[in-house]
Amino acid sequence: MVKGKILFTENLRELGLLIFIILLGLLIQLRNPAFLSLSNITSLLTNTSILGILAVGMMLVLITRGIDLSIGAIIAFSGMVSALTVARFPEMPPLLCLAEGMAIGTIIGMLNGILVARFNVLPIIATLGMMNIVRGMTYVVSGGKWVSSYQMSTGFKAIATGKIFGINSLIVTAVFVFVIAGYFVNHTRTGRQIYAVGSNPEAAEVSGLPKRTLVFLAYAIMGGLAGLAGVLWVAKFASAQGDTAAGYELQVIATCILGGVSIAGGVGKLSGLILGTILFGLLNNALPLINVSPFWQMGIQGITIMAAVIANVMVKRNTDRLALRRRLI
Amino acid sequence: MAEKILELKHISKSFPGVKALDEVHFDLMPGEIHGLMGENGAGKSTFIKIITGVHSHDTGEMFINGNLVSFANPMEAQEMGLAAIYQHVTCYPDLTVAENIYMGHEKIKRYSKRIDWNKMFSEAQELLDQLGANFDSHERMGNLSVARQQIVEIAKALSTRAKIIIMDEPTAALTQHESSELYRITEGLRDDGVSIIFISHRIEDIFRLADRVTVFRDSRFIGCWPMEEITQDKLIVAMVGREIIQMFPKRKVPIGEKVLSVENLTRIGYFRNVSLDLHKGEILALTGLVGAGRTEVCESIYGINPSDEGIITFDDHEIVIDSPVTALDAGIGFLPEDRQKQGLILDWEIGKNITLPSLSSFSRYNWLDEGGERLASGQLADKLNVKAGNIFTRASTLSGGNQQKVVVAKILTRNLKVIILDEPTKGVDIKAKTAIYEIIGDLVEQGYGIILISSEMPEVMGMSDRIVVMKEGHVTALLDTSKCTQEEILNAAMVVKTPRTDAAVSEAREG
Repeated sequence: MVKGKILFTENLRELGLLIFIILLGLLIQLRNPAFLSLSNITSLLTNTSILGILAVGMMLVLITRGIDLSIGAIIAFSGMVSALTVARFPEMPPLLCLAEGMAIGTIIGMLNGILVARFNVLPIIATLGMMNIVRGMTYVVSGGKWVSSYQMSTGFKAIATGKIFGINSLIVTAVFVFVIAGYFVNHTRTGRQIYAVGSNPEAAEVSGLPKRTLVFLAYAIMGGLAGLAGVLWVAKFASAQGDTAAGYELQVIATCILGGVSIAGGVGKLSGLILGTILFGLLNNALPLINVSPFWQMGIQGITIMAAVIANVMVKRNTDRLALRRRLI
Repeated sequence: MAEKILELKHISKSFPGVKALDEVHFDLMPGEIHGLMGENGAGKSTFIKIITGVHSHDTGEMFINGNLVSFANPMEAQEMGLAAIYQHVTCYPDLTVAENIYMGHEKIKRYSKRIDWNKMFSEAQELLDQLGANFDSHERMGNLSVARQQIVEIAKALSTRAKIIIMDEPTAALTQHESSELYRITEGLRDDGVSIIFISHRIEDIFRLADRVTVFRDSRFIGCWPMEEITQDKLIVAMVGREIIQMFPKRKVPIGEKVLSVENLTRIGYFRNVSLDLHKGEILALTGLVGAGRTEVCESIYGINPSDEGIITFDDHEIVIDSPVTALDAGIGFLPEDRQKQGLILDWEIGKNITLPSLSSFSRYNWLDEGGERLASGQLADKLNVKAGNIFTRASTLSGGNQQKVVVAKILTRNLKVIILDEPTKGVDIKAKTAIYEIIGDLVEQGYGIILISSEMPEVMGMSDRIVVMKEGHVTALLDTSKCTQEEILNAAMVVKTPRTDAAVSEAREG
């Protein structure tokens, strides 16, 4: 069946990633039997949830041929503001805290979107500027001080440590985000149009798509998710600091690349993104378990990313060649 | 008679699906200016690329100074004393004039292997002085006008000691005054014994400069005449003179009421005061040379680059079109010239491509009805006879003609009254061409008004009801197809004077 064959070649990348994750998991399990215990798996997923939520937003931005460097700063700012609010009003319901963080993030994301979509500022420059502004604002609102665990209400901390249906709430949140995103990118008009704009901006414009609005939307969503992640982050570590999540944006971008999202735009699948997130979490979680020196961990992460990118290029070359062979002349 | 410096015999060259050159001849005397003319697509560009070693010829022989040669790459051609100057200057705008002139063959000090800046700047200055240019070799290239950049290109050719210089439409972007400056320099080179191949669409250039002129048409050699032996009219006939093959199923369709009219449309720097109107069931051809502003006018009507002045009336209502979104909503569709860049998302399957402009009609509350989408795109693909496995086939795997059909299908998903087709048959084979003509015939029968941008004379004559001819951003003629001749069209496209002032040209450049 032709259709089956196409499906196979197009999912080759995800399949490879999955096999790699399984092999890596088995290898680690052989070295340390504690790896596949329920508690370790839960802790792996809990620690990876925030990364996964951010990767969803970053994937949308990357698909439009953009990039967002300001998310680390947005995490710090939205986390700091919500922590300060909670310190002031300990009775505030946790859901309202989440809403506050998301609102702050969305507004900053919208500013990014306006800079990129309306004023044609290069994404890397717009978000680099925004990164500095927002990071600076974090220090301004906090006066350079930390908000520590004892200042936060139990309810607030439960945002990250509580359980829903017996599962850690961070994991539930991440799954929720993934499900919504899955529907958004695969089954909505706007999702399809975002891919179109990234794949071929000129053709999208000629086809009558609202190019600027779509790009704006991607940054706004990214901002909202970063704002959400900020609250989760602060609740999880029970501490809000000026330098929270500094440089984290690069880990998120790396996760996307690992998951097969193309920096050149137009390409990225949610299934790949989930696998990429898991692999990234695995590298963070499992390497210490098998006594790999922390000094080596970063290097190993880097090598994995490069290997994934090279594999990506080779798979793409192959599928293109297959497509050409099928060409009807 | 002096020995020929360059001679080409029986040169043929094929690209997949196209015969670009068919047994052409050319020869060049020392110290001669030889004009080369032909319509768009006559094979001039391919010919130049063969002489300069960019392409290699399939069959035929090329001689330089009587010796048989063949070039594997442009460097070899340069070593044999050939240099080409292109219409769109290929320069490094952030480097100095001297660096541009010696790019690739810099002056190097003998032992230290360092660049000899002093020598490079002074020798560049000598070359510029020799050409009568009054600017400095330290000047940044990007600061110069197009005319001066062209002089730098000529200096570059001289710096390689070129004996044969090919100029590809050098006057296309120049004012009258700058052109005469270029004439003076060109004649100076000839007097120094350099041979020049001068390609131009402007007949006045050829009659002013050339000693002889060679004409290509449809990839073939038509003739070579000394300038004294040919008149302007005879030259035009040589470029056109062909039978129109009967492959145009132009159908008799009653022309309906006026649907679109454009008055005094202007986009500064691109076109000025363009007026035209279009009726239901009518095919209006928009023709002229490449760069005459045809595509630009239609891109403004479609809102890709909105116009600065002018009124667009659609269905008796004055409308403002500021983006393709508004144009499509009003009922105007556009088939772009470059289907791969502007028409399709090549990595996507055919079905998704077809429904892209009309996703809102396949969705409720932003939720896509994928079943309906597949059904509609499948029907359209069948109707237009797209040859592909199924609608899940990637667009990149289709041939040019079938890709074009997919782009047409995209337009048909919207509820339109006017369709603009920009060179719809460019680069597709004869069979696909006929199929596209059939589709156009169907469209007018259904009452669409069609604007057909085309450079191909047979297509214009065979398909249209009326013809608008443009030259240099102005409409130079509005002709009734049944009553006009090809000569009239070419005359309007190439000869008729348009206001060509220094101010207009400098405005065009700034725009």
